[in-house]
Amino acid sequence: MDRPSAIIIGAGFTGVATAHDLALRGFDVVVIDRGDICNGTSGRTHGLLHSGARYAVKDQESAVECIEENTLLRKLVPDVIEPNGGLFIAINESDLIYRELFIESCETCHIPISELTPKETIRIEPNVNQKLITAFTVPDGTFDPLRLALAFAATAKIHGAKFRTFVEFENFIFSGTGAVVGINCVDRTSNQSIELRGDMVINATGAWVGEIAEFAGITVPIKPTPGVMVAFDQRLVNRAINRLNQPGDGDIVLPQRRMVVVGTTSFEIEDLDYVPVLDEHVNLMLQKGAELVPSIRNTKMRGKYMATRPLISNGSGRSAARTFKCFDHKLTQNVDGLVTITGGKATTLRAMAEGTANMVCSKLGLNTACVTKEVPLVSYREYYTIKN
Amino acid sequence: MSDIKWNITLKIYRQKENEPSHYQDFFIEVDPDEYVLDAIERVWAFQDRTLVFRHACHHSTCGACGMRVDGVEKLTCITSIRSVTKDGATLKVEPLRNFPVVSDLAVNMGSLYARMETVKARSILPITEAEIETPKSEWNNTDDQYIRLSDCIECGLCISACPSAATSPTYLGPAVLAGAQANGNPIDPSLVKLLDSEDGLWRCHSAFECTAVCPSNVDPGRRIMNLRTQVISDNFHKLFHKTQGKTDE
Repeated sequence: MDRPSAIIIGAGFTGVATAHDLALRGFDVVVIDRGDICNGTSGRTHGLLHSGARYAVKDQESAVECIEENTLLRKLVPDVIEPNGGLFIAINESDLIYRELFIESCETCHIPISELTPKETIRIEPNVNQKLITAFTVPDGTFDPLRLALAFAATAKIHGAKFRTFVEFENFIFSGTGAVVGINCVDRTSNQSIELRGDMVINATGAWVGEIAEFAGITVPIKPTPGVMVAFDQRLVNRAINRLNQPGDGDIVLPQRRMVVVGTTSFEIEDLDYVPVLDEHVNLMLQKGAELVPSIRNTKMRGKYMATRPLISNGSGRSAARTFKCFDHKLTQNVDGLVTITGGKATTLRAMAEGTANMVCSKLGLNTACVTKEVPLVSYREYYTIKN
Repeated sequence: MSDIKWNITLKIYRQKENEPSHYQDFFIEVDPDEYVLDAIERVWAFQDRTLVFRHACHHSTCGACGMRVDGVEKLTCITSIRSVTKDGATLKVEPLRNFPVVSDLAVNMGSLYARMETVKARSILPITEAEIETPKSEWNNTDDQYIRLSDCIECGLCISACPSAATSPTYLGPAVLAGAQANGNPIDPSLVKLLDSEDGLWRCHSAFECTAVCPSNVDPGRRIMNLRTQVISDNFHKLFHKTQGKTDE
């Protein structure tokens, strides 16, 4: 075999990170997306670089993934991250009941936390609810979603990956034996048809993986679950402020540039391509956000928006695990040449890519190791300056 | 948001490779408090899947969705429909100027990103340098400093609005000069020649259109003026020292 080749559908976090991983392993990679980079869920991510503390109690696998990847991303791509840490704050007695479990779980997952008195908390974050009972510092952060993806894409480009944006998937090309050997697509900037062929096709379309897999007669257990976020026009905090309790609606207030962003809600939908931002969700974010940072009530709203999480369907809403899953469709439906990656979250994009690339290499009988833990990413700006 | 619905016409610039450009009208029901980008996205979702536009974060942190709305550069994700038109009206939506059009409303902003890299504009900076009011925490006074993402989101609105950028494709442009200024004094010696040139600080005609359209508090116009002062002052000092050197000989 010459240089192995892969076609990646989707230029969101998993697509760009998988392109980066496979390009470093010597693959000839082409990524397509019907929009530009981060056109779907990834671009609208809340932007929380998870420490894992949010998942430590109920979903330790996700929590451990988060703290490991958080630590790596801070080193690999510092120019898109606000690394200021986070706080989990208890406002009422019900929050306080969660305290013991939180301490134990963070310890189990090796997430460094330290407890602060209300006075110490208010000293470092004067705008948090003054009625807080206790608080913990955690190594959370904030990232710029588009620039995080661009940094992976730029580094992938340096290693030869090609990005064909505004190119929409139309259908799979099958061999005589029913294996996927390529895709047909259309360039939306010129209405020209394009045929791409490769050793492996990777469905990295996040919440849309089910729709794409259907073209190969495959069902993927995906439950697209949108959530609403609201941005406010003042930087009221410098750290990610979380509610010390089980994950719920509006329990995270994030700083970003001159803003704070409150998120999020969780609901189910029919049409993935347009999800309205409902008033009741926006109002809930205002109300819940103000429980953590009361001055949100007096701050001008700057933007309201939604993103659709690609949850793996083995639970419902927030009880679904936030880990990722790669599907080898040779094993699931006896269709070779096609893998699907979905689930997970932005913080774990590098690990998701490693898992996917491992599966691709194993399917092709290749024995090349992942090196993305050691390769720092180039400036996100280079995505636009390196020729395709 | 309200229960009120408006009916508006979006007159959208259309352009596909090797085809002449034209405007196409889309009639659409909107909530006046939703954003221009929401309406454009609905046109794509329900009326015309061939429409090409860029967008990512939907809350003014990524800079992907800049367009001209009735001739004025806007970050469409935070521009409410109410703020730019009225019920029954036609709203013209066009791609940014001074960048090559990829298709329809999407432009290629490669030149901006390349120039930002050339002047080493910072994407993150210590919060104490950020010229904003932040919570006055004791942490601000320690070495353990907060870092934040810079104000400039590299959206290109200022480049599109700049009358001088339209006259020279090689002009660095407002965002880039502002990025150089934000790096502080002294100016990086390797950049002085580029900044102190016809395509640098001196192409600007002080129209301040950049500052007027900037959605992110960068105020490029002021920064360009400030950087000019720095360059003149540096040149004056150099001249003075040189002259003094000669006198000493």
